[in-house]
Amino acid sequence: MQANVRIATLDRRAAMATLLADRPANLFVVPGLGSCTWDAFAAGDDDRNFYLWGAMGGAAMIGLGLALAQPKLRVAVITGDGEMLMGLGSLGTVGMQKPANLAVVVFDNGHFGETGMQASHTSGAVDLCAVARGCGIERVMDVGDEAGLRELAGLLANSDRTLFARVRIAADDPPRVLPEKDGVAIKDRVRRAVAKAAGFTPA
Amino acid sequence: MNAVTDTTPAAWQDQLFDVLKRADIRQVGYVPDAGHARLIARCKADPEIRDVVLTTEEEGVALAAGAWLGGQRAALLMQSSGVGNCVNMLSLMRSCRFPMLMLVTMRGEWEEFNPWQVPMGSIVDPVLKLCDADVAKVETPDAVVPAVQNAVQLAFGGDRAAAVLLSQKLIGRKVWVK
Ligand SMILES: Cc1ncc(C[n+]2csc(CCOP(=O)(O)OP(=O)(O)O)c2C)c(N)n1
Repeated sequence: MQANVRIATLDRRAAMATLLADRPANLFVVPGLGSCTWDAFAAGDDDRNFYLWGAMGGAAMIGLGLALAQPKLRVAVITGDGEMLMGLGSLGTVGMQKPANLAVVVFDNGHFGETGMQASHTSGAVDLCAVARGCGIERVMDVGDEAGLRELAGLLANSDRTLFARVRIAADDPPRVLPEKDGVAIKDRVRRAVAKAAGFTPA
Repeated sequence: MNAVTDTTPAAWQDQLFDVLKRADIRQVGYVPDAGHARLIARCKADPEIRDVVLTTEEEGVALAAGAWLGGQRAALLMQSSGVGNCVNMLSLMRSCRFPMLMLVTMRGEWEEFNPWQVPMGSIVDPVLKLCDADVAKVETPDAVVPAVQNAVQLAFGGDRAAAVLLSQKLIGRKVWVK
């Protein structure tokens, strides 16, 4: 696994920008707390981003609940390896439900970047792609270059089965750019966007 | 508890399911507990309800948040020990004012045989209150429906967490030696 860290060179901001560049109107994003939330905001503020400032370990399950509720929408959870590790069991729960409209994308830098870049399990023993496969997720991608990112961006829009992708990003810490912080405002905004995209009336 | 009452659902268990149906609950997350067995079976048998088996109860909190973003109502079924697994994730509900309906089967509070259930069972009520949830405890069959209906209203009408604790007095003593 050491090898993975050495060849993990994708720039996280550029990777997020590539994934969301030609974002279809029905693609909703749940970025994991900390760095991925900053990345998503840096790629362009959007009503369809459910920015997380907490709830570590919950991103994949939030995505699952939304994906099950609205099968015609596309849902991409984009989170850090640390955040994913805290909710590793949720990959099993996702594997049991298998919604075709859900993708779980892990920006894997092998570290807990937000808290001072301490090495995480994915720098050592843990291979998240193997975990995802073992959880019954059939489409698993290991993305290490631009071509892979572009393929992944396409699949976020049209994969016909649940997708897991590990994106090997460099362990760096770009300047923070901070979106809306008020949880109620973030929630209400996303809910209105879902209602518009899916045609329901928010209560 | 004899073999008959062990397998025959009590009337309140089916009434509880009817309350969830009337409330238009569409996703039900659960880590199984014997006291919820009937309700879980009814949910699994209903094509309009997505039953989501969880590896840990906090997943069900995050699931409910996602469901609500998508315009659906969810519920979380768990045993009292599972409340301890939810604590940090409940801050998501409070920070964003998500509705959160929790039905908790109690252990460690009445005729308990397993002392390992007591530490968590005895603090469920204050822990949930500290998490800003409304808590109602039910000890008799006729109190189940009103309590759950009220929790539905508190959660989805008030955008907050509401829990109903189903007492061991209601569920009956766990049969340890058959
Ligand atoms: C329950 C909980 N424990 C610890 C933290 C502190 N914390 C904030 S972000 C984070 C993880 C950052 O790692 P990762 O998800 O890999 O994101 P990165 O910044 O490396 O992209 C941690 C541990 C927290 N917010 N919540």
